[in-house]
Amino acid sequence: MMRQDHNRIDPKRRNVVDYRKKQFATPQFKDTQYPHRLNFYADAPTADITLEQFEQWAIDRLRVLAELEACSFRNRSPAETTSHMKPILDKYLPLDSNSSSNTKLFSQRQKDHYSHFILRLAFSSTEDLRRRFSRVETMLFRMRFNSDDLSERSAFVSSLDLDWWEPVTDDEKIRYAAELAAMTSGKKMNNEDGTWFKVDWERVPDLVESRRVFLKAGKAYVPGREQSSMVVAEFTSRLERQLELTARALPRLDEDDRLTPILNHLSKNFITPDSAYMSGSTAPAGAQISAANIDNLSQHFPACMSNLHRSLRRDAHLKHYGRLQYTLFLKGIGLNLEESLMFWRSSFHKVTDDTFNKEYRYNVRHSYGDVGGDSNRRGGGYSPFSCQKILTEHPPGPGEAHGCPYRHFNLENLTALVQAMGVSDRSVLQGVKEDKDNQKFHMACNRVFEHLHKAEIKKAKDEGIMTSNQLETIVHPNEYFKRSYLLKNLGKETDVKMEG
Amino acid sequence: MRSFYQRLFPWRQLFQWLNHSPTPTNDFGNREFAFTLQNDAYLRYQSFATADLLRKDVLRLMPSRFEIGPVYSTNPRDRKTLRNSSAFKPLSKELCFDIDLTDYDDIRTCCDKATICNKCWQFMTMAIKVVDVALREDFGFKHIMWVYSGRRGAHAWVCDKKARSMDDQKRRAIANYLEVIKGGSQSGKKVNVKRPLHPHLSRSLDILKTHFQEDVLDVQDPWATAEQAEKLLQLLPDRNLNDSLRRKWEAAPGRSSTSKWADIDAVAKTGASKHLDSRALLEAKQDIVLEYTYPRLDIEVSKKLNHLLKSPFVVHPGTGRVCVPIDTKALEDFDPLGVPTVQSLLAEIDAWKGGEDGEEGDDKSKVNVADWEKTSLKPYVDQFRTFVSGIIKDEGIAKVKREREDDSMDF
Repeated sequence: MMRQDHNRIDPKRRNVVDYRKKQFATPQFKDTQYPHRLNFYADAPTADITLEQFEQWAIDRLRVLAELEACSFRNRSPAETTSHMKPILDKYLPLDSNSSSNTKLFSQRQKDHYSHFILRLAFSSTEDLRRRFSRVETMLFRMRFNSDDLSERSAFVSSLDLDWWEPVTDDEKIRYAAELAAMTSGKKMNNEDGTWFKVDWERVPDLVESRRVFLKAGKAYVPGREQSSMVVAEFTSRLERQLELTARALPRLDEDDRLTPILNHLSKNFITPDSAYMSGSTAPAGAQISAANIDNLSQHFPACMSNLHRSLRRDAHLKHYGRLQYTLFLKGIGLNLEESLMFWRSSFHKVTDDTFNKEYRYNVRHSYGDVGGDSNRRGGGYSPFSCQKILTEHPPGPGEAHGCPYRHFNLENLTALVQAMGVSDRSVLQGVKEDKDNQKFHMACNRVFEHLHKAEIKKAKDEGIMTSNQLETIVHPNEYFKRSYLLKNLGKETDVKMEG
Repeated sequence: MRSFYQRLFPWRQLFQWLNHSPTPTNDFGNREFAFTLQNDAYLRYQSFATADLLRKDVLRLMPSRFEIGPVYSTNPRDRKTLRNSSAFKPLSKELCFDIDLTDYDDIRTCCDKATICNKCWQFMTMAIKVVDVALREDFGFKHIMWVYSGRRGAHAWVCDKKARSMDDQKRRAIANYLEVIKGGSQSGKKVNVKRPLHPHLSRSLDILKTHFQEDVLDVQDPWATAEQAEKLLQLLPDRNLNDSLRRKWEAAPGRSSTSKWADIDAVAKTGASKHLDSRALLEAKQDIVLEYTYPRLDIEVSKKLNHLLKSPFVVHPGTGRVCVPIDTKALEDFDPLGVPTVQSLLAEIDAWKGGEDGEEGDDKSKVNVADWEKTSLKPYVDQFRTFVSGIIKDEGIAKVKREREDDSMDF
């Protein structure tokens, strides 16, 4: 006799149920219970919901996620984000703890559960969407995890059944007492610090990166209070894996045309607060953007570019990331490839033609999409860096001049630079200092901008040439240039118009 | 140059090193090599099934140098024939570190740019010590090879299986764990570390302390002039103390850095400043030691899986020196200026033949002596060979285990 596969349904039993009965039959699966406030979203929901609920819940969650993403773009600190998000969460996606006397616990958790899975469907289609989705979902999870109260949190964690960490034995605690003591900063000697976990260091790369764990022979000794980081890392890795699977299953989704339009609509609406510089490489009208004119134009540059320009003129050289940041900025203000090559050639006047052609020409052409792989050429090279990118990626190392001066300079050097840009007002300098201390680098930059263009902004507002919309916070160096140029040339432009 | 690659380059060992097994595998076959040709054209995505084919191509093209990249999921030469581009991605590569003496230009006084001497090579010695011990003790890596880059730096290749298969996030974590000196030319104080010091940092500080006294204060004398001393003062926290130090040093020009360093504590004790925070001063002094000794890594090399790095035993086109492995057990004795060059090696082969003719009797051994064994390259190749066999041995154990498990599976 042939061996039977266990998964196979006995042919005689197949489809005994009449389809009409089947449709209304009691479900085979268990109804989901939500014992904990938090959810790892391991199992997909199974109960029925209406189409309206489907759409509404998804939209509500989307609002929350979009706002959360905006917070990270604005460089808000975790504490600020939490306080900013609280009213929004309460409105769209409330989630109360077991101890609260709220009677709607189940429906809250159900909504949270379902909306997560709906968005998972909507955002699994492309790599980019998946990455963004897992990033913001992780942020949301981390925020909730940290706000959960202690006993419920540990109940949740133990329910997860994670087997990859082990507690540190007393023996080890004594052996590494000195090292472990160095990990707990003097102030926080409270109850949680007694416990330590030992995990493979690869499980907690973020803690290793910021040197918040003690390492020995590939094992990381994680203090109890960093447990959240491990749980969050596990959340992310599971979610990423699941998204990957969802993406693969998506084409085979057994679906009529009710859900697909909603899902497509949702993923389209996941808009990024626009920090990219959209208008391409068009120069402001009337501006003459050429290699010879850069010195003249540099008065309109923000501090980061002004500093690069000064460094370039002083040393006749810039290191790689400085060149990249500056080239793309110049490309963004409308300097074309030939002019850009001419500019760099003449600026690097200490090197020979040969060296320039060998070591630098290719990079400039690559930035403009003149050479390189297919996708680079088709996309016209890289786009100019936004403040977000300059602030968060590749902090400058020894001898490097790129980055954001408001962030990467010390106060003395920053003050010197801002003064060289023409700011002498003490209150402005004081404001810049405070912004820097509070890590509000955008604010500092915009403060300087507003001071340098005080008269023009007033005029533009009074005469209604620029709406306040056009004068909102600058989050891109190229926007800084463009606006500065337009403001400084207000009079000329209107003259031209009057003549015409 | 051609004869070097023909007769001296240890092709077999290089193959075994990258292949991790005696028979050719994908670890070697799908590995990217990149050639810099004589006309400075850069040829990427080369790959070879065996060491012989690699050797043949190197001899045909005579690149001025060649670099090693990651193992890809498919053969790099076929990457354009794939239907979707995501099928071609880097899978594994040794974890690499690159330290370059040009990054020390603001603290070394003996040389700058591309030049080096034995004085500033000491910076490299300290750097290797600190990074090596951290990789071994903290991360538990075993197979770490340090290679002289031929001119002014050193590379580390961490070849453990675990290290090779790390993704970018983990590489970044290690790189940032090790990076302490941050900040550009304008950011002022470059070391800003939390207190109490992380065990890795206090251990590093212990290693570096004596180097700081001998190799930095004595040899480099970094604060000799008033202008340089001002740099030191800017790193100290107390203004009153700085003023009295400044006065003292102006009165005695030509005071050495060692004395100036000692002055800080001496003047602090005399009570030059009423509100002196002795703890802040101690921490500032620790930071200064770190700023002047702690390794300055070119961190981008370590962060990315698909970064290319010059192969060991390649000849540096500028200096003619061979990129030889550095023996970490005899780290202090390594002399970058005494590393064999192509010219000296070729001369040694010729000389060796002459020497052999004079002696009689050893005819049997003469038959099978490889050319590299006749030269001063021998100790380096031997070292490389031992290193490679260490990897293969570990790799072999893992493989046997896997086979045994497979055995138990079928019945």
